[in-house]
Amino acid sequence: MSLKIIVLAKQVPDTRNVGPDAMTPEGTVNRAALPAVFNPEDLNALEQALRLKDANPGSTITMLTMGLPKAAEVLKEGIFRGADEGVLISDRPLGGADTLATSYTLAQAIKKIGDYDIIICGRQAIDGDTAQVGPQVAEKLGLTQITYTEEIISLDKDAKKIVAKRHIDGGVETVEGPLPIVVTVNGSAAPCRVRNVKRVWANKNREFPVWGAADIDADPAQIGKAGSPTNVKAVKNIVFKAKENKTLTSSDEDINSLIVELMESNTIG
Amino acid sequence: MIMASKTNVLYLLLPSFISIYLLEKEKIMANSYTDVPEIKFHMEHPLMKRIVELKERNYADYGQYDYAPKDYEDAQENYDSLLEITGDINANIIGPNSEDVDAEGPHCENGRVRYASKTYENLDATIKAGLCGMTMPRRYGGLNLPNVVYTAANEIIAEGDAGFENIWSLQDCIETLYEFGDEDQRKRYIPRVCAGETMSMDLTEPDAGSDLQSVMLKATFDEKENCWRLNGVKRFITNGDADIHLVLARSVEGTRDGRGLSMFIYDKRNGGVDVRRIENKLGIHGSPTCELVYKNAKAELCGSEKLGLIKYVMGLMNGARLGIASQSVGAEQAAYEEAINYARDRKQFGKEIINFPAVYDMIARIKAKLDAGRSLLYMTARYVDIYKALDDISKERKLTPEERDEFKKYSKLADAFTPLAKGMNSEFANESAYDSIQVHGGSGFMLEYKCQRVYRDARIMSIYEGTTQLQTVAAIRYITSGFYANVIKDYEAEPVAAEYESYAVRIKDMADKLAYCTNKAKEANNQDFLDLCSRKLYEMTAYTIMCHLLLQDTQRAPELFGKSLVVFMNYAESEVAKHFNYVLKLDVDQLPSYVQE
Repeated sequence: MSLKIIVLAKQVPDTRNVGPDAMTPEGTVNRAALPAVFNPEDLNALEQALRLKDANPGSTITMLTMGLPKAAEVLKEGIFRGADEGVLISDRPLGGADTLATSYTLAQAIKKIGDYDIIICGRQAIDGDTAQVGPQVAEKLGLTQITYTEEIISLDKDAKKIVAKRHIDGGVETVEGPLPIVVTVNGSAAPCRVRNVKRVWANKNREFPVWGAADIDADPAQIGKAGSPTNVKAVKNIVFKAKENKTLTSSDEDINSLIVELMESNTIG
Repeated sequence: MIMASKTNVLYLLLPSFISIYLLEKEKIMANSYTDVPEIKFHMEHPLMKRIVELKERNYADYGQYDYAPKDYEDAQENYDSLLEITGDINANIIGPNSEDVDAEGPHCENGRVRYASKTYENLDATIKAGLCGMTMPRRYGGLNLPNVVYTAANEIIAEGDAGFENIWSLQDCIETLYEFGDEDQRKRYIPRVCAGETMSMDLTEPDAGSDLQSVMLKATFDEKENCWRLNGVKRFITNGDADIHLVLARSVEGTRDGRGLSMFIYDKRNGGVDVRRIENKLGIHGSPTCELVYKNAKAELCGSEKLGLIKYVMGLMNGARLGIASQSVGAEQAAYEEAINYARDRKQFGKEIINFPAVYDMIARIKAKLDAGRSLLYMTARYVDIYKALDDISKERKLTPEERDEFKKYSKLADAFTPLAKGMNSEFANESAYDSIQVHGGSGFMLEYKCQRVYRDARIMSIYEGTTQLQTVAAIRYITSGFYANVIKDYEAEPVAAEYESYAVRIKDMADKLAYCTNKAKEANNQDFLDLCSRKLYEMTAYTIMCHLLLQDTQRAPELFGKSLVVFMNYAESEVAKHFNYVLKLDVDQLPSYVQE
């Protein structure tokens, strides 16, 4: 049974290899000093997609990314590892988007692609670490989501059912969901397979369709800076000195006590 | 349907903590190709243009196969990306797995081999990357790479794990099947190897090691089933449970020499060959060395009967010897990296030990031998490439007279250089692994350090696929015939920049000493005396040639080889002088003193 799979990927500054010039004096990320890489957890997501493709011959994987023209490199990288198609969303009005505007834009592009069974992306990107885009895309599309996925155990297109293992605090849980669905994948999931030589040689000069705001029928008020309620005041590098750790549950009490503690220590507020 | 929004809040607040965590956890990705610019240098040698043009038949596959290059630059770009992928896999999968593979090793279960668990990870990575059927034509699914590029990939993988390199590189047995098998066999077997199936060459037996003429494994023709049947035992078979085997067997009953031997293809899918045991070895633990029992195993003849040893195994062995030469260079690279990294970190007497002459002398010699040995390796691979490509073309069309001359020239050069590259590099690998442990001091003797594994792994390299003593036998006729002397003369005619002229003069002196010793050995007119001198003459030849090659390399890339030229010249010159003195004093009358009864 062949599947239509969409993988969301982001090109990010490689914050894993930071030097002393990684931050500007203003406290923002100095993108020029950091090489651009395929967001690591999106690679884990791609591997889950490739495994679905292996198990379901005839399946196709479409990579979708938003960014500057250079971001097409992650599409190519995805093709080198086994993806079939790629689409770059790139347009000046889309610049400066926060997670909300990004999710809206991606959701619009996914609507344009139209035919899909599953959307897979990394849990979060290493430049923002928000883990919001995947879940927000699901919301925008009105789809179910499985987050923190370790492994897609099975997918039955006829029964429109997926079973996946999720990473939870202190263990894993196995969950079932309907299709189509959004799945976000953890960095602890299987690493992505290597590039394939023949695919690299055949696709090294490949070009990809570029969609602008008009192509995806985007509402100008919901994209780019205009659609982004988040304002980053400053980014600081904080050295985490705490020697003890606390386990917090998602109960209201624990969340409130954490917020109070962070405000008292002036970490936020 | 909605992820807990409170968790969302948490992540919004805490991004920098997570970043710091990631920063500490992740390390910069290493790459065994891009980290060693000397390898790329050898990919760009002036002879490469001719090699690629021949191998690509003037780029005739372009347009027919989406992964075929359109011109030389395009092909070079492809080689570069292939080696970059290989370097990535080696540095991040094969290398890190090597310690576990070494400790676990393969096991024999119910007549089958089960590799060490991480060997399967390595195989999965090389297969998914498509590093299979490297030199095979595209019409069978291969990558159509020149030998030079395959050799580089081989060297890179051997640096990470020489044992795994054995399993992976046995794919080059397919060259023999391609060369001598019929079209039907090519169509059936080559695509399987291109898809990642493994191979073995089943030659040695309990009583047939270096002396393959004594092979007794029996091949009989089964009239009823219209196939050959193999019965007997093979020993010391590397990767003996491979998918496809090339087997040397006696097909002419009653014969006792090489003329009764033929080459067969055994397909594991047909069954009939079991693994009786796996040898317990000093090194290359990841590579299963098997004893095989053939019980009426169905097989098919490859090529013509009776040419098994005389023609096919010789071709197979020359390829395998080049393979061991590149494996040895990989081991030399590993020995170098282990030594220099340790010496940079280790402090004694208040400073890093790399600052002490006694230590940096060892490391400089390891690097000098590595650069010289690598140069010899790739020059050999280039010679092999040109003659093999022309040989292949000769099956499609008649060669022009110029091409025929070119074929003759390079096939002889390849035949003469292969034993030099294999013998010298395998000895260098051992010497450098020894020195690498010495740089580590007591720590090097502990199993925690990689240098001891390199030392154990390297030990077989000067033994299998023909011992260094047999490489000497293969080379001696080119010494006595003056073939190498003419090659050296050609090298002497190469232009040398003024600042390097003193080196050329010194190499000329080495060549003169070699000529003197060669004459003395020949003029004695005594075979035993010549044989006794042969190892000295062989090394003098190799050192002289390597000095020439390193001088040529240095002129093209002084930043890469300048230091090694100085060190290697001093070292090689002293070795040549040592051998010269030895042969000078050696006399036919002394022969009885060498024979212990």
